[in-house]
Amino acid sequence: MQMLLTETMPGLFNYWIVIVLMMIGFYTVIAHDNLVKKIIGLNIFQTSVFIFYISMGQITGSTAPILMHGAAGQQAVYAHPLPQVLILTAIVVGLSTTALALALVVRIHEAYGSIEEDDILAADYQRGTQESQKEQERMARARAAERHASRDADDGREQDEDAPDS
Amino acid sequence: MIVQLFHQMPVLVVILPLMAAPLCVIAHRALPAWLIHTAVSWVVFGISFLLFVETRVAGRVVYALGGWAPPFGIELVIDRFSAIVLLLVTGMSALTSLYARASIAAELPRERAYLVYAAMLLCLCGLVGMTVTGDAFNLFVFLEVSSLASYSLIAMGPSRRALLSSFQYLIMGTVGGTFLLIGIGFLYVMTGTLNMADIAQRLQGVAHTHTVEAGLAFIVVGLSLKAALFPLHAWLPNAYTYAPSSVSVFIAATSTKVAVYALIRFVFTVFGADLAFDSLPLGDVLIVLSVAAMLSGSLAAIFQTDVKRLLAWSSVAQMGYIVLGFALATGAGLTAALTHMVNHGLIKGALFMAVGAMFWRMQACSINDIAGLGKRMPWTCAAFVVGGLSLIGFPGTAGFISKWVLLQALMVDHHWLLAAAILVSSLLAVIYIGRVVESLYFREPAEGRKVARGEAPALMLVATWTLVALNIAVGLFGAAEVDATRQAAMSLLGVGQ
Repeated sequence: MQMLLTETMPGLFNYWIVIVLMMIGFYTVIAHDNLVKKIIGLNIFQTSVFIFYISMGQITGSTAPILMHGAAGQQAVYAHPLPQVLILTAIVVGLSTTALALALVVRIHEAYGSIEEDDILAADYQRGTQESQKEQERMARARAAERHASRDADDGREQDEDAPDS
Repeated sequence: MIVQLFHQMPVLVVILPLMAAPLCVIAHRALPAWLIHTAVSWVVFGISFLLFVETRVAGRVVYALGGWAPPFGIELVIDRFSAIVLLLVTGMSALTSLYARASIAAELPRERAYLVYAAMLLCLCGLVGMTVTGDAFNLFVFLEVSSLASYSLIAMGPSRRALLSSFQYLIMGTVGGTFLLIGIGFLYVMTGTLNMADIAQRLQGVAHTHTVEAGLAFIVVGLSLKAALFPLHAWLPNAYTYAPSSVSVFIAATSTKVAVYALIRFVFTVFGADLAFDSLPLGDVLIVLSVAAMLSGSLAAIFQTDVKRLLAWSSVAQMGYIVLGFALATGAGLTAALTHMVNHGLIKGALFMAVGAMFWRMQACSINDIAGLGKRMPWTCAAFVVGGLSLIGFPGTAGFISKWVLLQALMVDHHWLLAAAILVSSLLAVIYIGRVVESLYFREPAEGRKVARGEAPALMLVATWTLVALNIAVGLFGAAEVDATRQAAMSLLGVGQ
């Protein structure tokens, strides 16, 4: 019975869910161009870790870690409360990350008129290539404007003084 | 009363910036917010210096948060190693505070300046917290505090591209933070404790299980993302380029260093060098990646026209030196890593400050815009030249000391090829610094850009030249610094206090 609960596929149900959610979230972050979908993927990814922490605090047959009085309290087995407290903190961190990310998306939409990463990168790339072209031209002009020795300057070669000018 | 205050010093370095940040928001004006930021930064720097002296004498300072005894409550631990990093972070914050006033006033709308100061204080709080904490989960929380503050700081940059680079940093940074969380979860499953010293003790029996090995892998990858180690550095060039100048100064000099600090702390204090370097091939992996970082970062820096982006790519390369020293896992290697952590903070701080002053003047910092500035901003440009020499590793500067120590560490173990890679990377640094210096001194100003002679504001110059002077001082009297870092490395390896 103990083996069945801890070492079989149904026994590790939570952990399978954690891995599936983690991969779904991670894939969404990597594969999607839409910035809001990226944030959703990031949230799913983080949620899988929350479930991982909560699952590890679970004891078979235990109840929520809320202190009970009387006879029920004497015999109760509580789930480990510490991972749950840790995850409360992690949820707050995740929430503020999401809020900041959404605020950035709003600003990006105002500045570029799009929330598709491809469109934004294309706009930046276009302007970037224009700028770098301009910089290249400036560099070339600066090089051309540098003072060089004039073409007929004395380059130190022996010259035949007697040769008639052609 | 005063003695009481001395006992509270470890917690004050974290609490003061945290409490001052909302005060900046309440002040709601640029000038009072800047005054609060400057005052708090310097006070925290002073406290850090006292703590540094205390660790030099006593070895380590321990503080039980809220009076709860350590394995159960959160413990702050400052040993010789963290005291050095703490001094770097708070010192850079104090100097940036002098620099920030004029720079931020020139780059950002006046009504948003107070928010920059508040976010910089939060970032400082997070970085300091990561440095002093002795609790694994607490480290994750402080990492996220500093990360969230730096995302918003980068997004405040003047160009619209700052927004997307901040968003990309946010995505990668959060994935990195969550990896760290997973790794800490694995450790907690195996040991049932979060106190680093306690985890280290209880790991003895279960060190060679797959769970612990997976935990190590997750923590290394997560922190490498924050430290911008070679294949995970994609967020760094854009973030440093488009952030406001004073933010670039502070973040470039501190945040990646603190991430490497946390990595070293986990590997040596929690897992132990035996597990990471003998049973698992962490050293080999990191050596390959750091050499790739050194060469690719320096090569990429050569082809940049934006000077800030050039310095950002150079930072990717310099992280390679730090991680290489750490990957050797010897006393000499760790000493080199610590020395370069500090020296690279001083070098990149000075260089970014000089470029920020040029940006203040020209409102642009491409290599063409700054052409011919050498005669018009002599002090700023001289600061860039000295900082650049230090980056290359010219004798008499801080960069020489750290490269010397690193080369010594490599020679002892006969890693000739790695030593050659460092020399090649330094030669590449000569090229990219040389391009900027050539433009500053040997080219005529770009057309339509004839500006009169005139320096940056006095406070910006003071901050820049303080860092330059520190570079030279470390270069001339490096023995004291190397002595401090060697003691820190020895205490990490647990030999000869």
